Amino acid sequence: MLQAIEIQKIIEAQLKCHFIKVSGDDGTHFDAVIVSDVFKGQTMIKQHQQVYLALGSMMQNEIHALSIKTYTPDEWSQINK
Amino acid sequence: MTTNARIKKLIDDNEVLLFMKGNPTFPQCGFSSLACQALGALDTSFETVDVLQDPEIREGIKVFSNWPTIPQLYIRGEFIGGADIIRELYESGELAKKISKE
Repeated sequence: MLQAIEIQKIIEAQLKCHFIKVSGDDGTHFDAVIVSDVFKGQTMIKQHQQVYLALGSMMQNEIHALSIKTYTPDEWSQINK
Repeated sequence: MTTNARIKKLIDDNEVLLFMKGNPTFPQCGFSSLACQALGALDTSFETVDVLQDPEIREGIKVFSNWPTIPQLYIRGEFIGGADIIRELYESGELAKKISKE
C-alpha cells in the first residue's frame, strides 16, 4: 500500500522544500502541505502543476486523490505566527 | 471533430463550465461534489460535463489543461483549477469575483 512518506520523498526529490508534510493512511487519499521558494510569484495553478509534475504518472495510477496546499516560506511564517 | 476541438468548443460555448465526475445532483466523487457545492453556494448558473460518460474527454481534458485530475473549472475560457483551488478561491471571495467579472 502506498505510504504518505513515499509521496513526500518523491516530491522532495524534485522540489526543494522549506517544509513538507504529506498525510493520509488509506493508501489512495492523501493531503500535502508544501512550502517552497519555488512557488514565489507563481499562480496557485502553476504551484500545483509543479507538484503534479514531480509526481508524474503516480497521479494517473497509485494516487486516487491528493489534496494540495502550497505556500511560499513568507506565507507559511505568516500562517504560523 | 477531434477531442481537443470538442473540448475547446465546450469551453467556448459555456461561460462557467465544470468538468466533473457525475452531475450536480449525483456527484460521483468527493472533489467533484465539493466543486459543485462552491458554485451552488454562489448562486450562479453553471454547466457541467460528466467525464464518466465520455472517456475521451476524461483523458483529453487532462492533456488540454496540463492538469492530471478531475474536477476542472473553466470561467470564460480560463482554466481556474481543481477542487483545492476552487475551494480556496471560494473561501477568499475570489471565485465570486471571477464569476461576476468584477
